Amino acid sequence: MFVHVSLEKGGVLMAVDNKSSFLRIFVVLTTFCALSGALLAWVHSFTAEAVERAALEQRAQAVSIVLPSHTNDPLADACSIALAGTDRELEVYPAFSGTEFVGAAVESYSLDGFSGEIVVMYGFDAHGRVVGYEVVSQAETPGLGARMQQWFRMDRGNRSVIGLDPCDPASRLTADGGSIDGITAATITSRAFVDAMARARAVFDVYCSQKETR
Amino acid sequence: MLAYISIIVSAIFVNNIVFSQFLGICPFMGVSRKLSSAVGMGAAVTFVMAFATCVTWILQTYLLVPFGLQYMQTIAFILVIASLVQMLEIVMRKVAPALYQALGVFLPLITTNCAVLGVAILVVQKEFNLLMSLTYAVATAVGFTMALVIFAGIRQQLDLVDVPRPMRGTAIALICAGLLAMAFMGFAGISIPS
Amino acid sequence: MDFLRIIYNGIVRENPTFVLLLGMCPTLGTTGSAVTGMSMGVATMGVLICSNMSVSAIKSVVPSAVRIPVYIVVIATFVSVLQMLMAAYLPSLNATLGIFIPLIVVNCILLGRAEAFASRNSVLRSCADGIGIGLGFTLALTLLGAVRELLGTGRVFGLEVYPEQFGSLAFVLAPGAFIVLGLLIALFNCIRKS
Repeated sequence: MFVHVSLEKGGVLMAVDNKSSFLRIFVVLTTFCALSGALLAWVHSFTAEAVERAALEQRAQAVSIVLPSHTNDPLADACSIALAGTDRELEVYPAFSGTEFVGAAVESYSLDGFSGEIVVMYGFDAHGRVVGYEVVSQAETPGLGARMQQWFRMDRGNRSVIGLDPCDPASRLTADGGSIDGITAATITSRAFVDAMARARAVFDVYCSQKETR
Repeated sequence: MLAYISIIVSAIFVNNIVFSQFLGICPFMGVSRKLSSAVGMGAAVTFVMAFATCVTWILQTYLLVPFGLQYMQTIAFILVIASLVQMLEIVMRKVAPALYQALGVFLPLITTNCAVLGVAILVVQKEFNLLMSLTYAVATAVGFTMALVIFAGIRQQLDLVDVPRPMRGTAIALICAGLLAMAFMGFAGISIPS
Repeated sequence: MDFLRIIYNGIVRENPTFVLLLGMCPTLGTTGSAVTGMSMGVATMGVLICSNMSVSAIKSVVPSAVRIPVYIVVIATFVSVLQMLMAAYLPSLNATLGIFIPLIVVNCILLGRAEAFASRNSVLRSCADGIGIGLGFTLALTLLGAVRELLGTGRVFGLEVYPEQFGSLAFVLAPGAFIVLGLLIALFNCIRKS
């Protein structure tokens, strides 16, 4: 409570009428703001690069985890595809073994998570079956929705989505008439996960059809 | 339109700032002893939150982003909020003494209310436009006020109850808040397609 | 000796969570597991030590009329530095703690200690106070996180204690935060009285 009392005292800022003390206040405030700005700019100058590198590394790692073995650099061959009806572009990272197309990773999203957006990287083989996935960003409830990183690859019941083709009508939650067991007590997150997966598969299809015309 | 309804319902009930986002707990625990002060605090927060969110949104969009100064966000926002509260206090005292009488004592408490800064940062993270941000801020504040008023009602009853000695005061209040949070989880399934 | 006494004071007699009841938002919001609770505590402690020492060092040059704005600038600067360092070197932890990192700025503990202790004591004593209060906060958050994780998922620090199915998820969710904290405060009251 003492914080609040002192804040009230701090509120008499305008009651200072002495000229020299006003000047002093001005100088002190300006100095501290300038010092703080300088310090922040300096820290920013060497962390900005590291932040970018960390994001890039995370993406590269996610791509390499979810893709089948390949010989190219998927990040270098990446392209962006927007689905019809939306203007948001999704990144596709194709994988080749020599010249043969072996699959692609798609960074997909769903806006229907329990706490807003989830972003998940899905890896597909050349036939569009899920090889792996990696959660890129989410803000779901810890202990519930946040378990999707492990849940959908567990070899228990029908939890795993590995090897499924998201185009298959069975690739939905059991609650929605499919065969995938959603996360216990986190149906909303599970549905968002499946939604993102279907979106990734749709983008994968678009990529494949574009690839043939190339 | 649906997007706005979705923001309002979500901010008031589904993702209530106190019960599911854990922001603004200090005033929630501190100013909920009496129903009348809970209402006053709620009104003051609504006012400041709406005003502060608009100002910080404009600051972020037209100053910080164009100059690549996003790393100054935290410091800029807190200074804006702190000075805004000060200015509001001075202006209110001059222009609307009656309103100042009612809300004045709550204003200094708001600078350290993390819900105000939290909402200012959240609307930037959610990439809302100005109108959406304002809607979100007002709806969040309404959700906060509702939580505060409900809780104040419960605590007034709680004063009359014989509680085991170590549990008196904050401990039993927190447990009641937990039960209230459990009730609010009932809203979790609601989603409005936007 | 004085140094140790101040630290002990911060951990037990003036424990920020159990006795002073400050900084409730991160206390409830980041204790879904023992690890996140501890990380939040350590992050806050780092900022608190730096801000306490700085405030103590500059106390003689700051006119008392503007000390609160200056303290806010000092605290916000350290929080922003922490934010950038975490984003750069601990990105996954930064994502987990999310908005609660910038919100350290409005944590009443920091401004409270700056005003109540650092502005009246030497740099060394302020450092001790920062360590003590910071440790008290960290221990409280770790304890709360560990209890919630244990009751909710059957693990502590990720190590399985009993099978997950027997856990009650309510403890990981919002209601559990309030209820467990309420019970811990009651327990602390019991111990302190006897």
